[in-house]
Formats: sequence, structure tokens, C-alpha cells
Amino acid sequence: MSAVTQAPVAAVADARKAGDWLLIATAILLCVWVLLPIYLLIVNALSSPDAVTAFPKRFFPAFDLGSLSFFVNFAGVARALWNSVLVATLTMILSIGFGAPAGYALSRFDFPGKGTFRFLVLMTRAFPLPLLALPLAVMFIRTGLDDTAIGLALVHTTLALPFAVLITFSLFSGIPVELEEAAWTLGCTRLQAFRKVILPLALPGIAASAVFAFTISWNEVFAAAVLTIENRTLTAFLLQSLGESPLYLKFAGGAALVVPALIFIFAVRKYLFAMWGIANR
Amino acid sequence: MAEIAIKGVAKRFGGFTALHQVDLAIADQEFMVLLGASGCGKTTLLRIVAGLETPSQGEVWIGGRRVDHLTPRERGIAMVFQNYAVFPHLTVFENIAFGLRMKKLPQADVERRVNRTAELMHIEQLLKRYSGQLSGGQRQRVAVARALAMEPDVILMDEPLSNLDALLRLEMRAELKGVLAASKTTTIYVTHDQVEAMSLADRIAVMHQGRIVQAASPVEVYRNPAARFVGSFIGNPPMNFVPATKAGNGSWSVAGLTLAGPKSDKQTIEFAIRPEDVDAGSEGLHATVRVIEPLGPHTLVTCDVEGGLFRATLDSNAGIKVGEDLRLAPKADRIRWFDPETTNAL
Repeated sequence: MSAVTQAPVAAVADARKAGDWLLIATAILLCVWVLLPIYLLIVNALSSPDAVTAFPKRFFPAFDLGSLSFFVNFAGVARALWNSVLVATLTMILSIGFGAPAGYALSRFDFPGKGTFRFLVLMTRAFPLPLLALPLAVMFIRTGLDDTAIGLALVHTTLALPFAVLITFSLFSGIPVELEEAAWTLGCTRLQAFRKVILPLALPGIAASAVFAFTISWNEVFAAAVLTIENRTLTAFLLQSLGESPLYLKFAGGAALVVPALIFIFAVRKYLFAMWGIANR
Repeated sequence: MAEIAIKGVAKRFGGFTALHQVDLAIADQEFMVLLGASGCGKTTLLRIVAGLETPSQGEVWIGGRRVDHLTPRERGIAMVFQNYAVFPHLTVFENIAFGLRMKKLPQADVERRVNRTAELMHIEQLLKRYSGQLSGGQRQRVAVARALAMEPDVILMDEPLSNLDALLRLEMRAELKGVLAASKTTTIYVTHDQVEAMSLADRIAVMHQGRIVQAASPVEVYRNPAARFVGSFIGNPPMNFVPATKAGNGSWSVAGLTLAGPKSDKQTIEFAIRPEDVDAGSEGLHATVRVIEPLGPHTLVTCDVEGGLFRATLDSNAGIKVGEDLRLAPKADRIRWFDPETTNAL
């Protein structure tokens, strides 16, 4: 009797254990996949130029700032960095300026085609940028937007906008509509209620969404390389000089790109999870 | 002076009709409770009065002014929400002061009014706290204080006590009644809890499927239900209904008893009586006892009468046994009759 009941129990326990191991192994594999390149990048960025090209490789950073200082003083880096910041800031302003109202509308109003609209917002990410880059380049040259920060920021905004819409949508949905209604009954117009009640509550999330838009622009390389010539962003600049620059410059440049992005994303991770419906909706 | 008139208000959401042509007049300073099961349209009606919902047709008048085209802020109302809607980013003080600041009152007046209403709701020691640091009952008090501080003509309450635990609800209920009576505002209060409705209301408007079935004083609604629904919805246990067949002109035969009733052309109508309005005696409705539940002050006896369920609250010492045949004598002045087709009282 007991043997009959124990056998399936043991089998279930075994299966569960195997499942646990599989989960752990997969998690470790994914972590290594993501973290190892970043680790090597940072180790090499923090090594002296000689150590980078030497063999055997070091696996612990020497905290030598030689590579980084060379990178910072390399001709054109400062300008490219400034361009990157400028374009990313413009992208941030544009995508929040357009994305937050769209997110608010999605969370508060029922309108025909709401589901389709949400789908289309995501669909904009389905078109590969190379497909759009050539016609865009032609159009930009005709309108005089080529090689300008605002032109590139517009392209980056189309990339960042879907995320801005979805993050702010989830954000506004998480704020009870009754708070807004209470504000109306207490003498607020729609705009006042938004400013006095909704905005203060949504501000951390909106900031997170802005940072995310900034990061998308900061990391983007293809459109930046195609649409700018004189006013290269840092990514495009590094891509351009990839062939002729020494190895330690590439490592230092890579670290300069990755580290801020990593820090930003880490800071706003809570809101990115919310976008995919883990936190609310 | 703020009497409210709701004239022919209807509300449709797509193909669904939430309210059919509702008419209701509420006197100045009256405490009107909208009572009904969930989905009956009571909250929709309240939100239409508040201006949070636009009626598909009809008019809303507050204090002799037509308001259905106005925004909530222009209506002279204050509202208390079911989930309190206390602003989480403001202190209790700023929450109560919110509406007063919107009115641009001088700081001294704001402070005076906040302190007075806080005192009234016994939350003066909480003024510096945020809503996250408050219990449900305290949040409820803040929400009521915030509405009262506006000194509105009309206070609208949407199930304000339903999120509180039973004991707290009882306490808040008594307190609300006192505070609102003293504030001399007209109140519309939405609830699905009939005990709450009975204890608070000057008048109860019983709603069912988007219509007001009866609007009358609590006792009237209980004693003289205008429709079968009211009798079956109000009262715990609810009213008993037994079919009656015609025995003569104005006399009806009900479960082996012949009673004088309304004159009607119909062959069958419905006899109705409250569980507490029958006595076990030698003559009466023929009943077979199914379940006996002693409740202390009285015993709830569930019987079969004419094949239907019939509940009677009888004396605890009646010595009734399961399976026994009883005669339940109805009190003549408490008998009500209903038309089975229209379900209205006869």
C-alpha cells in the first residue's frame, strides 16, 4: 500500500528536482552570456594600453586609467560624446512629450480601435531600422535634416516611443482613477487634477521612462552611422574608427558606452518590469 | 438650500441600458439612500449627479439650477469614494485642505476649517501623516473630513463603509449619521447593505435593474413594499410569498386558509407576509417544518407551504419539532398582496 503511494510521490519529487536544476543551469548560462563580455570589457578598459595587447590576458582589472585617459583625449571623442548626450536628451524629451500623453489616453479613455492602437505601437518595432534608414536618409537630405542632432533624435524617438507609451500606460493605469475624480469634485479642472494629483504620483515612473528613452538613443548605432557624417554620436564615431583604432581604444570606448547604459537600466528596472505586466496589468 | 431633482435620467453603455428613465426628487437636507444589488445602476446614478458620468438623456437639478452639462467642480458637491481616494502624496492636512486651496481661501480660513473638520472626525492627531501611514478606518475619516471641509450643498457617498470591517462599520455608521445631520447638507448615499440603508436613511430609493422600484421611508419600504422585489430584497430573512387562488369576490384561499383580500379579476395572485408576522396557532397556513434554527431571541423555522419555502421567526420556547405540521396564523394588518404579472403591490 505504502509502496504504491510512495512511487509516484518520489517520481514527482525527482521531476521537480530536475526542473529546479534545469532552471538554475539556464539562469547561470544566461547570466554568463550577458555578463562575461561586460566583465572582459571592463577589465580591459581598466588596464594599461600595454596590458590590453599583451598575452596572457589578465582576468582582474589593474585599475590603470591609461586606456581611459587615452580614449578621453582622443581627437573627436569629446565632440562625439557631446553629440550623443544632445541627441539622447532630445530623444528623451520628444518620446516623453509624445509618449506620456498617449500612455495617459490609453489608460484613461475607451476609444474605438484602442486594442489596435496598442498593437500598432508595438508593431513599429517590427520594421528593421536598416529598412527605414535609406529612405529616411534621402528624405532627411531633401528636408535638410541630415547630419543634425534633431534629425537623428527624431529617428531615435520612433525607436523609443513604443516603450515610452507602454511604460507610461502601465504607470497611469496603476494610479486609481478615483484619485483624479476626487480632485475634480474638489474643484480641479482636468488639467489641474493631472498636475496636482497624477503628475506627482507618476513622476518617478515618467523619469524612469525618460531614462530608458535616453539609453535607447545612447546605444543606437545604425541610424546614427547612416544619418550623420560631421556630427557623429559616440556610437557612430567608434564604429567609424573601429578599423584603424588600437584595441585599447575600442575597449575604453565600449566601456564608456556600456557602463552609463547599465547604470540607467538598473536604476529604472522596476518600471521596465511594469511595462511587461509583472507589476500591474 | 439644495434640493436635488433627477428628471427622466437614462444611461446606456453601448447596447446595455444601465438606467431607464429614472425620476427622483430629494428634499433639502434629506438623507437619501440608493439601495440595490450590485449592477442595479445605483452607482451610475450617483456618478451622474456628481458629473463623473454624462446621462444619455434626462436632466439633473441641484438647488434649482440645471447641472447636467456642468463639470463636477461647478456643481457644489463633494464626494466620498468607496476606496477613499485619499491623495497618497499629500499629508492628511493637505488632503482636507485640497478643495479649500482650489477655492483660493486665505491660509487662516483653510487652517480653521481643516482643524474644525478634523476635530469633528476625530483625526486631529493624524494631520501630519500620509495616507500610507493610516488604517482603513482612518482613511475613511480623512475622506469624509475632506468632503465636509468643502461645506458643500450636497454630499455624495459611494459605499463609503463597505471596505471597513464589521465592527468599525457599525461605529462609523452611527458617527456618519450624527455628523451629516449636524452639517445640514443634502446627502445621497449608495449602498448594497440594507441594514446600513435602514439605519441611516430619511428615505430609501430601492433600485432594481436600472429602475427605482420604490422611494419611501425605511419603515414604509419594509412594511409596505411597492413591488415583490422590494419585499424579497429587504428584510433578513426576506418576505414570504405564497400563491393565492380566488375563493370569491375579494376573498382568497391561501394554503388551506381563506382570507379577505383585494378585489381582482385575476384567478391567482400572491399572498405575502414577513417572517415575524406569523404565529403558530390552531388555525392558519398549513406548513410542514423542515429546519429549525434557534437564534436566541427567537427561533427561525423553515417550512414547506404549498410546496414553497416559507420562513417564520417564532418564539424560542414554542417547542417545535422537525417534520411536525404547523398552522401559521398571519397577522391580518401585516398581510400584503402582489400581482404575479406586474409584481406590483395590490
